[in-house]
Amino acid sequence: MLSRIAESLFWIGRYVERADGTARILDVHLERLNHLPMEEQRSVAQELLAVMGARAQNDEFGLPELLNALAYDKHSATSIAGSLGAARENARRARETVSSGLWESLNTTYYGLNQHRKDVVGTYRFCNWVLERTAMVSGLADTTVSHDESWLFLVLGRSLERADMTARMLSTRDVLSAGMSWVNMLRCAGAYESFLRTRRAAFGDQHAAEFLLLDRLFPRSIVYALSDADECLAKLDPSAQRVGFINDARRIVGQARTFLEFHRTDDLMSELPEHMERVQKAVSQASDAISRKYFNQADELAWVGEVS
Amino acid sequence: MSDLFQDYSAAAGRSGAYDEMFAPGQLARKSYGQVAGALRELSLADVTARADSMARTFLDRGVTFDFAGEERPFPLDIVPRVIPADEWTVLEKGVAQRVRALEAFLNDVYDKMTVVADGVIPRQLITTSAHFHRQVHGFEPAGGVRVHISGIDVVRDAEGTFRVLEDNVRVPSGVSYVLENRRAMAKGLPEAFGQQLIRPVEEYPRRLLSALRKTAPSGVDDPTVVVLTPGVFNSAYFEHTLLAGLMGVELVEGRDLICRGNRVYMRTTAGEQRVDVIYKRIDDEFLDPLQFRADSMLGCPGLVNAARAGGVTIANAVGNGVADDKLVYSYVPDLIRYYLGEEPVIANVDTYRLEETAAREYVLDNLAELVVKPVDGSGGKGLVIGPDASRDELEALRQRVIADPRGWIAQPVLQLSTVPTLSGDKFGPRHVDLRPFAVNDGDDVWVLPGGLTRVALKEGSLIVNSSQGGGSKDTWVLADSPQVPVETVPRPSIAVRERVSVWPVESNWRDRQTEQQQQ
Repeated sequence: MLSRIAESLFWIGRYVERADGTARILDVHLERLNHLPMEEQRSVAQELLAVMGARAQNDEFGLPELLNALAYDKHSATSIAGSLGAARENARRARETVSSGLWESLNTTYYGLNQHRKDVVGTYRFCNWVLERTAMVSGLADTTVSHDESWLFLVLGRSLERADMTARMLSTRDVLSAGMSWVNMLRCAGAYESFLRTRRAAFGDQHAAEFLLLDRLFPRSIVYALSDADECLAKLDPSAQRVGFINDARRIVGQARTFLEFHRTDDLMSELPEHMERVQKAVSQASDAISRKYFNQADELAWVGEVS
Repeated sequence: MSDLFQDYSAAAGRSGAYDEMFAPGQLARKSYGQVAGALRELSLADVTARADSMARTFLDRGVTFDFAGEERPFPLDIVPRVIPADEWTVLEKGVAQRVRALEAFLNDVYDKMTVVADGVIPRQLITTSAHFHRQVHGFEPAGGVRVHISGIDVVRDAEGTFRVLEDNVRVPSGVSYVLENRRAMAKGLPEAFGQQLIRPVEEYPRRLLSALRKTAPSGVDDPTVVVLTPGVFNSAYFEHTLLAGLMGVELVEGRDLICRGNRVYMRTTAGEQRVDVIYKRIDDEFLDPLQFRADSMLGCPGLVNAARAGGVTIANAVGNGVADDKLVYSYVPDLIRYYLGEEPVIANVDTYRLEETAAREYVLDNLAELVVKPVDGSGGKGLVIGPDASRDELEALRQRVIADPRGWIAQPVLQLSTVPTLSGDKFGPRHVDLRPFAVNDGDDVWVLPGGLTRVALKEGSLIVNSSQGGGSKDTWVLADSPQVPVETVPRPSIAVRERVSVWPVESNWRDRQTEQQQQ
């Protein structure tokens, strides 16, 4: 398939998942944020923005600005509206390959972005609406697109972004540690009920973090998302069956996953920021490696040319 | 105040009840300051839009009760009920005290009955109670607790004093609405939360689970807890699923259980698994066809014997109904003095015992001014409010009281306190009660900071039961001082990991875009 189309699909997967994760984080944190005194609200809003990967413009940045930056700002790639807009833009470029169901659901979502009130109550509804739309998009992608190469790129993007978003969810714990309970952390990931059923009476920060980081069966856990990505990469490039990996992306993803899975620790909580840092770095490196290998072969060709 | 409160003080004046939000002269009480401020900002359109969306959320989430075979959302009003910290401290103490007394009473009733021997309460009263079960006489339940979960209904009289209206120590329901209401309010009226500290209710399922596990039969290391439901047609089925889900335990029906060798097992795909603690949400009469109703399909034969042998903990214990018989209720202040040697913290509502001749004659002469209730009724069934009843109804009631004085009690009509409630296009005063929930793990009675506030949605109505057109309010207990000490430790600074790879928002496609447009 065309590199350009593959790249579009990869980014549809990433952007839709990013919108989904951001909506989840915003929905849960808004509740907490709304109860804080003005002064604290400001600093927490800025820190939350930082966790989501953007920098506040000035010190006046507070709750209304946060809503705009994470939900409604169409020009920012960290916001929900920006991500969904970019996903739709990508689908438009690959319109002949994606199913009409997938394209239409992304397009409808894009036009629905403006139909919400931008205050706190409106944002709750907006987040819910976004979760519904993204679930619909991924459902349609799963059921109306053949599970061939193109679908693999979509899922690859989705799983990488999912690992990244879960890492950010876990990082938000540092932001609101005064009031942020592990219950909310799990609610962010929609993992509360699943966690309760597996853990029985073992509650607490440590167990919740472990669940979101390491559970092999919960689809939004980092280990699960990384193995998904690994599987896609393996199917996309079946050449390396016997020894070693020439595929950078697989190496990076595999290393990140095995590091988490086989790492032994007595104090997970204190190491958590470090782990999150590593996961996010791995995701961005893997993404770069995938672009180099599949989407942007111009660089590699140029280099080969130099040698010969 | 906005137009929404225009006719409020006139309506409040008519009822003559204690209003929780406004002191006379329509000044918001201190605890309601934040709520009043938030409501002042809203227009009628805002309020109705939010109320509608809250109702829709409830329906979507399946927060319903079963009414005449139909699933209905439990109406949640948009104005919360606020309880200041100092009043809550008293309530909390009073509720815990009552639970301890009832626990002691039940232990005594099913054992030596010293309370009868000491002349505190007549033997006949206990033995004639419909819920006194001889089947469970003479053994201490495994884990040693009988009243694991209780709901003590309290109301405020015209002076604003809290009084206990009834005790529920069989299967108190409604805690799921406490949890759901808080979630809905946080999204429906975020302004009202403001900067005040409202004590969270979300820890209830964890407290409950740890209490249930703690009271497991001795010798079990990792007890398995289940919730026993009568099934999907029960009016409180939603609550059963919610609690089982939040505790992360199985929700079982009678047919999922088997008793063998005085142990209880559940049928699972991995074979039979032992059950150690059953949180029972069905009535005693249906629990065990070997002991109670033989035609019951809801229970599991052998449960009572298993409990007697100490092979399983049933929460709440079988036979607790004798303690929430309304005639026994009238003796609870005496029971508190007898068992605990303390004065009751919260008083009862004055109650006439109709077996006493003088009281009965007084009641029969003044039926039109009193409330008369059946002793074993729940959900407001069979209750007659004198001033609202017709002449025929009163006559029928008189005949029934004369025929069965043991079956009834009478109380003066209490003007329950009121809280503003949205009705049509404005707020009006509506009567409320309060059911705080207590969890007893054997060492300690924990009272959930909050509770179920039920509200009668019709003006002037005193019946708050959901089956009779009642709704509910979120109940906020204000915290005295910040519970979580404000952090002084500096937080680790957060590294900004900016999103670098964000194709195609990046410039390269913008360039290409312009290029393409030029062609």
